[in-house]
Amino acid sequence: MTREPQDHLDRLTRALHEAEPVPDPEARRKAVSAAMEKFDEFHQGSADPARPNQDHLRMSAGFLKGVRRVFSTFTNKPVLAATTSTAALCLGLFVVMPQLQTRPPALSDHSITTDTVAPEQPATDTALTRQRESLANTLEANISTPRSAPSPAGQTMPANVTTSPEAAESQAVADMAAEEPAMNSAPTSNLRPPSLAERSESATGDFTIGFAPPSELIVAPQVSNTEAFANAAANPVKVAAEEPVSTFSADVDTASYAVVRSSLMAGALPPADAVRIEEMVNYFPYDYPAPDADGAPFRASISTMQTPWNPDTRLVRIGLQGRMPAMAERPPLNLVFLIDTSGSMQDANKLPLLKRSLRLMLDQLRPEDQVAIVTYAGSAGEVLAPTPASDSAAILSALERLDAGGSTAGAEGLEQAYRTAAAMAGNGEVSRIFLATDGDFNVGISDTDALTDFIARKRDEGAYLSVLGFGRGNLDDATMQALAQNGNGQAAYIDTLQEARKVLVDQLSGALFSIAGDVKIQVEWNPAEVAEYRLIGYETRALAREDFNNDKVDAGELGAGHTVTALYEVTAPDSPALLNDPLRYGADAGPAETAAELGFLRLRYKEPGETTSQLIETPIPSDSAATDDDARFAASIAGFGQLLTGGKYLGDWGWDEAIALASESRGEDAFGYRTEAVSLMRLAKALSGE
Amino acid sequence: MDTSDESLAAAAARGDRDAFAMLLDRHYDRLFGLCWRLTGDRTEAEDLTQDICAALPAKLQSWRGEARFATWLYRVAVNAAHDRRRRAASRTHASLGWGAWEVNRKAANLEDATRRDWLNGAMAALPQDLRDTLALTMGEDLTQAEAAQVLGLSEGTIAWRISDVKKRLRALVQEEATE
Repeated sequence: MTREPQDHLDRLTRALHEAEPVPDPEARRKAVSAAMEKFDEFHQGSADPARPNQDHLRMSAGFLKGVRRVFSTFTNKPVLAATTSTAALCLGLFVVMPQLQTRPPALSDHSITTDTVAPEQPATDTALTRQRESLANTLEANISTPRSAPSPAGQTMPANVTTSPEAAESQAVADMAAEEPAMNSAPTSNLRPPSLAERSESATGDFTIGFAPPSELIVAPQVSNTEAFANAAANPVKVAAEEPVSTFSADVDTASYAVVRSSLMAGALPPADAVRIEEMVNYFPYDYPAPDADGAPFRASISTMQTPWNPDTRLVRIGLQGRMPAMAERPPLNLVFLIDTSGSMQDANKLPLLKRSLRLMLDQLRPEDQVAIVTYAGSAGEVLAPTPASDSAAILSALERLDAGGSTAGAEGLEQAYRTAAAMAGNGEVSRIFLATDGDFNVGISDTDALTDFIARKRDEGAYLSVLGFGRGNLDDATMQALAQNGNGQAAYIDTLQEARKVLVDQLSGALFSIAGDVKIQVEWNPAEVAEYRLIGYETRALAREDFNNDKVDAGELGAGHTVTALYEVTAPDSPALLNDPLRYGADAGPAETAAELGFLRLRYKEPGETTSQLIETPIPSDSAATDDDARFAASIAGFGQLLTGGKYLGDWGWDEAIALASESRGEDAFGYRTEAVSLMRLAKALSGE
Repeated sequence: MDTSDESLAAAAARGDRDAFAMLLDRHYDRLFGLCWRLTGDRTEAEDLTQDICAALPAKLQSWRGEARFATWLYRVAVNAAHDRRRRAASRTHASLGWGAWEVNRKAANLEDATRRDWLNGAMAALPQDLRDTLALTMGEDLTQAEAAQVLGLSEGTIAWRISDVKKRLRALVQEEATE
């Protein structure tokens, strides 16, 4: 008894209309008054957007009252993302107020906090501080993962609560940053102990990025910043006699530098957890000698120089240069773009930037290369079937059609991408998936471990995964890292079209062709020459000593033409810079007589597709002094990274020294990367209030 | 009132309070209707509508007048509903509205399905993207072309989705008939 299909649709339409509830007048009145309050607050708050600093000072009680009312109308349910920009605006304004008004946190501040986060908070002034502290402690105690403690801001970034013109300027910049939704500062800022509130306003909002409050406490998750960064405590100084061997994995990622840049450009110091010094150093191309054509796929260059920030120590630079295979003979590429088209991707610095980036990259492809596009969390599924790169019209129009804000939570995007990739790869060919997202890894496998396992399994089947991060605010850097590391790929963060050009055009071959897998680096220091050493960066890449020879332990890949730079700061046994006293009862084994050797470098790698590693060994001579621009520039960037994370070992060496060192060692700088780094240092200096 | 939505929106974006109030007054009911069709739950729809209204003062700043105001507003609403859904899904696996009904449906006896239950069943049986498409096109004042604009899809896709809805409904009715 089937009827005409049209009837079913009519029936559904009728049923829908009949079932549609009449709007409740009370709900309507509430919504309208909430919107009007928001309107008043918005237009009052942005009356003079060019000078937000002044505005904040002007609006005191009335403004706070408005904000409080706005928040109380939000209820405890999640506020939708659509409100983010407004919410971020008023939170941004709010966050800086306690410092500007230089009065103890007022009841009104507190109410806002509690309305948003913990409605059961008592409202007495004395209880308030205690409550805040305890809540902050709860939050801190709940920070998951072995991330390092919240930024040692006290050391690096002196309080900025001054009235100096410079501070005011960086304040203004910070405020503008706060108005940008992606950089929004979380309400959790207010949950920190009052002592923290004394710190630099320019950084206040951003410091909270590293916090991962337990989800049940986030009642308005889209207002809080959900970025998560992977990092570990800085490598400590080690005593060579006690622990002579240092082992780590190569890292060619550069995402951290781009994140640092995007923070600074937005007018805030990056959260310390976002700073991975080795990724900053490795962001820049260095001119190391190329490997021999028929030897190992990369070559190690070692040099030493005086440490810029400590005349009594030396920096040992280990530079690996990957071979650049003859590109004319490269095998065809099979590329699958897995693109997040969730609503949050519609910002100009996300999907639109991604489209422009991919357009740039298309020009680098050959006619025989193949491209496919799969989307998730939006218009789901395969948007572009595998298409030869020669058919650029089809690819471009598929790109053009991509639109954020579709409404299907596509569940199997990742699996679909791998299916497409498997179908594309011819015999023995490798395919690569580029996952482009702003941090929503809701790709169908919700358990992160299961996800990385899945990716690792697919990697062994010949489908690699690289991750391109876009936008800020929800960037899940930790997951990006984990995915790319397991997928034999690179994690890059794309904040500008220039960065897209660097990653997808200038260094495309490196991103696409792995020349050596599981590259591990091990240095054994000679206690006769080196009493103490410290590896700068690579905290997240540390390997156990025994893992070096274990071919089952995964490590970083080296792409065609990639360079990897590692810096050690080493202290000679007779140097006044020694930090550790000798052990009174230490075993005095009497080091082997291998003078003129600082240590011994061992490298392991696998040829692509091989499962057994090869070993390269070379001594680190003590007289390999080099003061080339590359080494000095790398040192200045390592200093930059350390200044951003606390600068524990830098002594008096500060921003001015870093800037001077970087500017004079810029060298040829064909792409302008180094010049940009110098301006970022200047910006960071201003923002840190020095 | 002669003033067009578009000029009201432009005035509201500049800070004209009355214009904004008028705009809210004009659109609340229809917005609520859309939110209800998108969510399938009254409370959800009320919250969603309120959140959208509260977001409007800021959102209006990005309104460039390139589309009809209603089209733009619905797009804001669809995105907001989508984000809300995603959040709800990641926060808890229990869901409200059409989705929750689908869960209950499995236990419920369909024999004496009322009309309301048929609606719920039909909506729940449809995938989310088709539901959203329906929510827009079944509204009284959007053309297929405008619905396409709201969803950021081509008109062809909308037409295809509607025919997909018909196909699925037919299958559903057949299933009912054989039960």
